[in-house]
Amino acid sequence: MNQILELKNITKRFPGVVANDRISLDVAEGEIHALVGENGSGKSTLMNILYGLYEGDEGEIYVRGEKREISEPRDAINLRIGMVFQHFMLVETLTVAENVILGSEIRQGVRVNYRRAVQEVERLSQEYGLRVDPHAKIADISVGQQQRVEILKALYRGAEILILDEPTAVLTPQEVEELVRVMANLKAQGTTIIFITHKIKEVLVASDRVTVLRRGKKVGTKVTAKTNEPELAEMMVGRSVLLRVEKTPAEPQSAVFAAENLAVEDERGSLRVKGIGLEVRAGEVLGIAGVEGNGQSQLVEAIAGLMPVKQGRLFLNGQDITRATPLQRKRKGLGYVPEDRQRRGLILEYTVADNLVLGLHGEPPFVRYRFLRHDRAIQRNAEELVESYDIRPPQPNYLAQSLSGGNQQKVVVAREFTRTPKLLVCAQPTRGVDVGAIEFIHQQIIAQRDRGVAVLLVSAELDEILSLSDRIAVMYNGEIAAAMEARDATEKKLGFIMLGGRPEDFREEREEGVLDEV
Amino acid sequence: MKFDFKTLDYTAIAAPFISVVLALLVGSLFILLAGSNPWEAYRVLFTESFGSMDAFALTLQRATPLVFTGLAVAFAFRCGLFNIGAEGQLYMGGLAAVWVGLTFTTLPSYIHIPFAILAAAVLGGLWAAIPGILKAKLGVHEVINTIMLNFIAFYLTDFFVIGPLHGGRAGPETARIVESARLTRLMPPSRVTTALYIALIAAVVVYIILFRTKLGYEIRAVGLNAAAAQYGGINVAKNIVLAMMISGGLAGLAGAEQILGLHTRFIQRFSPDLGFMGIAVALLGRSHPFGVILAAILFGALNAGGAAMDRLTDVPRELIVIIQALIIFFVAADQLVRRFLKRRRAA
Repeated sequence: MNQILELKNITKRFPGVVANDRISLDVAEGEIHALVGENGSGKSTLMNILYGLYEGDEGEIYVRGEKREISEPRDAINLRIGMVFQHFMLVETLTVAENVILGSEIRQGVRVNYRRAVQEVERLSQEYGLRVDPHAKIADISVGQQQRVEILKALYRGAEILILDEPTAVLTPQEVEELVRVMANLKAQGTTIIFITHKIKEVLVASDRVTVLRRGKKVGTKVTAKTNEPELAEMMVGRSVLLRVEKTPAEPQSAVFAAENLAVEDERGSLRVKGIGLEVRAGEVLGIAGVEGNGQSQLVEAIAGLMPVKQGRLFLNGQDITRATPLQRKRKGLGYVPEDRQRRGLILEYTVADNLVLGLHGEPPFVRYRFLRHDRAIQRNAEELVESYDIRPPQPNYLAQSLSGGNQQKVVVAREFTRTPKLLVCAQPTRGVDVGAIEFIHQQIIAQRDRGVAVLLVSAELDEILSLSDRIAVMYNGEIAAAMEARDATEKKLGFIMLGGRPEDFREEREEGVLDEV
Repeated sequence: MKFDFKTLDYTAIAAPFISVVLALLVGSLFILLAGSNPWEAYRVLFTESFGSMDAFALTLQRATPLVFTGLAVAFAFRCGLFNIGAEGQLYMGGLAAVWVGLTFTTLPSYIHIPFAILAAAVLGGLWAAIPGILKAKLGVHEVINTIMLNFIAFYLTDFFVIGPLHGGRAGPETARIVESARLTRLMPPSRVTTALYIALIAAVVVYIILFRTKLGYEIRAVGLNAAAAQYGGINVAKNIVLAMMISGGLAGLAGAEQILGLHTRFIQRFSPDLGFMGIAVALLGRSHPFGVILAAILFGALNAGGAAMDRLTDVPRELIVIIQALIIFFVAADQLVRRFLKRRRAA
């Protein structure tokens, strides 16, 4: 195959770090090339240089054999390079077709020829198998469809080399399968794809070759068919990684937490949790599986006291906490790792040290005479936790926003796990977190369980649910669709129920999803 | 917290100074346009604000109320609230101060003055509590309500000055407050009073509240990320109301300073937009109490020197307003530029 793109010795320095250290990368025409690495390993920086958003300090870029300067996205687009970002850049109130043509409209005098635009979108979506309704408003379509619109935008601008920046981070497992199919279609039509991710499974399923980066340097490039999960994990982290969580069987005690007939409405007033009953015992992990948006978020927020309970009751250690404030619940032993650490779990403009006392900031030893901060105690607390939870960089006085996603999550976990909780609610505890940190957080969750804490784990990652849970419940459409012992659960069975299948209809020999081929 | 120079953001500190320099540069173009000599104008501006003891005293006197209103706006900013009502809170504070100053004629000074000051802070604080409660409980935006309450405060104080508290003389003003309620002048003949000390103490107290107490931790948390604050067990509504009350109390102190120190009576609409200038002072001071002091001194100097420039050169004092506006412009633009730079740097 022809080489369509070559990066030579790209170096990019930011104040204090070398984000890309002499990285070379070659991409063959028509291949799907995965670019993997932990958070902060330099994947996005490298692609942003290729797309002209950053300027590299050193190095050369060759496109179709010729040396090129790419100093702004327009240059990249002219070279038929397109990029789909993790955070979409779509106008919510406009239709799909309008978004696709935005900025390069087909004009008729001063008017935009909307009909031609719709035709164009229909032609592209047929050609590449990207099903989406050109007349639908962006606000009304799913995240997966929005992503397809972003891909259409790039194709409409003539992209032959398509960069996808962590495209699966925002998708449900079903949407991921769909995306893998879309990528195969694009490849069949001759498009070259560079696919950024930190999930090894997706690399194995979707790519032809894979390049691994670690701490700004290239570790190596492999042909996907000739490598495997442990090898890639080791390349990413720099040491061998335990992909399976080691744990002993649970020894559950009495129930610590119970929800009775719980109903919760979201902010818009629609019923999202529809009469759920749950019980979590000391020393066990109850995993809640489910496609996102089936009421899990509302369930955990109601347990934490951050969303009002519409109906039903909540008990912690036998005490009714249905109407308790978040602070009262904390004092009774609730630890909560929220699903959105940046919005809920952290104050990004506060230092790591100040974040590590959020919620405890009003209690001794962090406060003296009931109102004065005790800075030395806050500092000491931070130094201890930064060390024992391996938060990097180990600087209590850095702002939380300067940390990588994985380390931000460690700050939340450190804070919530060390206040000796009785009930730990962990919502998507490893979302957007790199392999090394996932391993660490999983070990911590099991350690808490073994210490006799009741753990409620909500996750969209089936792997995570299966490897950590002792019991598993599946949430579908605001209800518990099924509950089972972990040993009776398989990925396929859970997946079947998650999509609305009735547990009794499940047969082991169902047709296989794309992701199961590994 | 230990002070860590590595984490210090130098651009944040340098930026306001650069804004001022840029404003003066662009301002000089306007002076040229008006057909005058900018060098001469700025020389007069400087010597008449910092060049002599008398000039500096005038600068300090003009700066004092701006420290209070600047702190007021800055404090609300820290809680994510835009208090445009400092002007009205100032008038309510002034009303309370003049009432205490007129009514209690037998108190000794060391009780009378603190009493009047406290009354001003309390009434200013209560006045600001109204939009605070409306925001916290009903989600009504504080910008609307603080503006509305400004007008109510203007006309309410008009009513008292023309009606119940009218001094009996021709003008729309109260009688003079008794001697025991007047602030002591520090360097006569200038009208710098002990209010200057109170202003500096207020800045230190605001600093301590914001950065050294549990209350400050909670108020700033609410301002930066209310969802995370709520998660951290912080009562968001309570902190919004408290922040507005403290903000209003500080604005009320500005009213007390004007009544007890400068005018010794309540003159209808006495404030030359001190509350609104507080917004500019807070912006330039980056909502930091010590930044507010520096910004207030700068604006005080522009005020003092501007009057002299008007007298001694052919540059009109309106030019000072243009320069003040330019400073705000460059402060705002600078934040845009910095935000842009940050986005590019974020990897």
